[in-house]
Amino acid sequence: MKPAPFAWERPANLAALLERVATAPGSVKLIAGGQSLGPMLNLRLVEPDLVLDITGIPELRQARVEGETLVLGACVTHADIEDGRVPDLTGGALQRVASAIAYRPVRNRGTIGGSLVHADPAADWVNALTALGAAVEIAGRNGRRTLPLERFVTGALEVALEPGEILLAVRIPALPDGTAWGYVKHCAKIGEFAHAIGAVRIEPGAGRGRAVIGAVEGPPVLLADARPLFGGRIGADFAERFDPAAADAALRAAGMADAVERHVHVTVLARAVAQAARPNPLPLPEAA
Amino acid sequence: MSAEGVGARLPRKEDDRLMRGRGQYVGDIRLPGMQDVAFVRSPLAHARIRAIHVPEAYRDRVFTAAGLDGVLPIRAVSGLPGFKVSEQPVLATGKVRQVGELVAMCLAPTRAEAEDIAASVVLDLEELPAIHDMLAAREPGSALVHEHWGDNVFLETLVDVDIAAAFDAPIQVSRTISTGRQCMAPIEGRGTVVQLDHRLDQLVVHTATQMPHIVRNGLSECLGLEQGRIRIVSPDVGGGFGYKAILLAEDVALCWLALRCGHPVRWLEDRREHLTANANCREHHYRITAYAERDGTLRGIDCEATVDSGAYSAYPFSACLEAAQVASILPGPYDFPSYRCRTWSVATNKCPILPYRGVARTGVCFALELVLDAVAREAGLPPEVVREKNLVRPEQMPFENITRKHFDSGDYPQALARALASIDVEAVRARQRAGEPDGRRIGLGLSIYCEQAAHGTSVYSGWGIPMVPGHEQVSARLTPDGGLELRVGAHSHGQGLETTLAQVAHEILGVPVARTRLVHGDTAMTPYSTGSWGSRVMVMAGGAVAAACEALRDRAVRIGAHLLQARPEECRFEGGHVVGPSGDVPLEAIARTWYRRPQDLAPDTDPGGLEVTAGYKPVRDSGTFSYAAHAAVVAVDPDLGAVEILDYVIVEDGGTLVNPLVVDGQIYGGLAQGVGTALFEEMRFDARGQPLASTFADYLLPGPAEVPMARIDHMETPSPYTRFGQKGIGEGGAIAPPAALANAINDALGALGVEMLHSPVTPRRIVEAVLAARTGPQQAREAA
Repeated sequence: MKPAPFAWERPANLAALLERVATAPGSVKLIAGGQSLGPMLNLRLVEPDLVLDITGIPELRQARVEGETLVLGACVTHADIEDGRVPDLTGGALQRVASAIAYRPVRNRGTIGGSLVHADPAADWVNALTALGAAVEIAGRNGRRTLPLERFVTGALEVALEPGEILLAVRIPALPDGTAWGYVKHCAKIGEFAHAIGAVRIEPGAGRGRAVIGAVEGPPVLLADARPLFGGRIGADFAERFDPAAADAALRAAGMADAVERHVHVTVLARAVAQAARPNPLPLPEAA
Repeated sequence: MSAEGVGARLPRKEDDRLMRGRGQYVGDIRLPGMQDVAFVRSPLAHARIRAIHVPEAYRDRVFTAAGLDGVLPIRAVSGLPGFKVSEQPVLATGKVRQVGELVAMCLAPTRAEAEDIAASVVLDLEELPAIHDMLAAREPGSALVHEHWGDNVFLETLVDVDIAAAFDAPIQVSRTISTGRQCMAPIEGRGTVVQLDHRLDQLVVHTATQMPHIVRNGLSECLGLEQGRIRIVSPDVGGGFGYKAILLAEDVALCWLALRCGHPVRWLEDRREHLTANANCREHHYRITAYAERDGTLRGIDCEATVDSGAYSAYPFSACLEAAQVASILPGPYDFPSYRCRTWSVATNKCPILPYRGVARTGVCFALELVLDAVAREAGLPPEVVREKNLVRPEQMPFENITRKHFDSGDYPQALARALASIDVEAVRARQRAGEPDGRRIGLGLSIYCEQAAHGTSVYSGWGIPMVPGHEQVSARLTPDGGLELRVGAHSHGQGLETTLAQVAHEILGVPVARTRLVHGDTAMTPYSTGSWGSRVMVMAGGAVAAACEALRDRAVRIGAHLLQARPEECRFEGGHVVGPSGDVPLEAIARTWYRRPQDLAPDTDPGGLEVTAGYKPVRDSGTFSYAAHAAVVAVDPDLGAVEILDYVIVEDGGTLVNPLVVDGQIYGGLAQGVGTALFEEMRFDARGQPLASTFADYLLPGPAEVPMARIDHMETPSPYTRFGQKGIGEGGAIAPPAALANAINDALGALGVEMLHSPVTPRRIVEAVLAARTGPQQAREAA
């Protein structure tokens, strides 16, 4: 379990990084925390010619608030969020998600951008940030663009980065007062990748809500308009109105044929809804 | 009892080194000129080798079977009648019979470069049908792992003690029960560094093993080398559990390579090799019927047991130890009049199966304890009542059971009673009736086993395998400054022997534990021993340490008496001093006299001096029987299949405990592995014989959050046959948890019509069963 030979460089600034990503011959991989790429290199599942270490680039480590949007650089670690070293506009929702990602050593090194670009369907950020309505900032030599996260993650381990592009930052909208948030995952053991994830962001006052069913075969199943899950209407009584059959139908429509898997995913979503309806969310958003 | 002798709860000496990261493992060894080996392994479970293409540039760095002149295959033969012999080639010849089988050996200055070379070797394989299901493998017409056998059965055995007498029992309960295939997963994997010592014309083999002397036997046989030309050094070993009690083809290959190259060579197993290539354990299948009276009294047990032994018979325990052991130990701690058990050890295209902590007992306990709960449900009795009815009783001791196992001592009903009291059955039942606010369901599970340990010549000679334990020997030597060295052929790989054997010596000689050094893990420095396995060391090496120290003491008394100008019979030995009528002399002075001032010795002094090798066997070597009652309370989430262990009680009787703290550690460690067997660990294979996990992301081990903080209660019924009454206890913690937890889960879910009969009881399996019970089997099948 040793990687195939590769070259290693550590660009000092964004311009240098974008230049190398665009022009380096052969295959290139970016490494930040290395919590997924490291094992993949060792298992020789990937054999890049060049690995670019992006942790020396100040822009990628920045975190700032722009009005009602929190902008987290791609190299912000899960532990940065867990420990409150970056600002928050989500009433602690991000912090709770971060604190239950894998194990502390993984959180110390693993980054929010790395998790999104790796796009494991069972990863917490892929699902939680989709439910929160986050977007990603993408940079290339020819400029920058922004994509909603649901259009960035296109499949299991697949994202909409063009050749020469990198993920720069994540843009997370604030959770307005009165917004209910629930995030539950089901793991075989603490710290393992989830077998099912349910996330809901509900504004009972506005009658709006988003829901995500995650840890599925492909990208998260997003209900950008979650009203069908609640009998067509979202109000203060949303938890009582949750309709498991509607969630099951959504999963069938998404191609989940296995009834046992559907049952587990619907159960986890139902618990996320119940959590959202409680005033004080549990510190560890895990079902098992 | 002295403060440091037998029974003292001493912290382990070795932990100062191990817990500070100062242990010295094979992976820490650096030798000048050492090069690394990576193996080309078979990617297929079953295939004919058409060709092996080695790039021209690497011809002198890649070795295949064609070049391995003079190396014989590994043969682990059992003398049991009908046993079919497998020959495990060191590097594959003709066919490959499992994924991960060694095909070529690649040598380079670093492991990464050796892996680059391995990646450049191209195998031309003709895939054959893989035999991955042990039941199908027994059917006529199955593809064959070893063609010349004519079938896939290593060995079939049958025990029948009047089973027909049970057939009219009013309660008859039949179940199909099975246990998943596991990997042993010690923290440290296997590893071997071989160096050719030109001065001694000797291969020095540093290898992570539980049994250095047995590895020397095996290497000598495979390489055709005199034993004197091989020295095995096993440094600190990071967990064994049986996985380090086999001779690996890698060990043989590395020795051949070191002889050929002349410079040191190294292979360190990586986690993927461990999980996919080298050995598995535990895969049992039972069709079991219990016959009982309506009051729960057992009339008989009838069983067909199949064990998936994998492709090759592992050295030295052989491919049949596991299944044949099933037949002899299935009755467990219960007394009943009729019994039949037929077993098959089946060859498949998987890694060899090994005895893992608990060996067959974990599977046997799972099958028997689950079927006892089924009897209880059928009879409408609480599970504890069925056990109370059938446990061997203290007044029957010593007791010979239906398979002629000789129980040395114990009070099994008391262990059960204490466990029931400790877990508070009434309170659990009340909580169960009240129901949980979160919708989870509470269950109580029991499991009782007995563990035959330290069984010796009279047992193992019957197996006819390459290793039969005889007398265990220990050399004890007083150093000139009055310290003590113990040379022991068994090995410590986590058991704490550096502390516990020093406690035994202290009991006899009074030498402080801190001044006693254990020399072990080196064939050049220790007496022959079959090593550390079968929970035997505290009984066998403990007995031998006592015998050697007693002989030393007697010599010291004679020297001391001369120094005290008294007759030996006027003197006694007390607290490290020889005490005579008019004074006393400490052991240090006696040692100084023998080594440094021989002019002060009597003219007729014993020329043997202060170094003694003594041998030991218990007065009866059919084994000690430790036992325990485990009781578990779980909360099960029927919709997600999540299982939380709310309480766990272990009442264990290991006879006289040499160090209760070390015993607690053994029990906790075994429990962690038992929780893994019960709920998490399984190596699954697809229909082509491909192992489906290659990292710990897919092969789940329990972590700190999943292992309960068990409450341990000790009983101490001494064995009448061992030196201090001690019994082997090293494996017990891993035996009972799968049955206790599965029974608890079944108790929790029984009202839903769910009964889990396969370990591990994973969330997926629970939800499947719950949905099947809700919607009927037909829809559940479609769902799965």
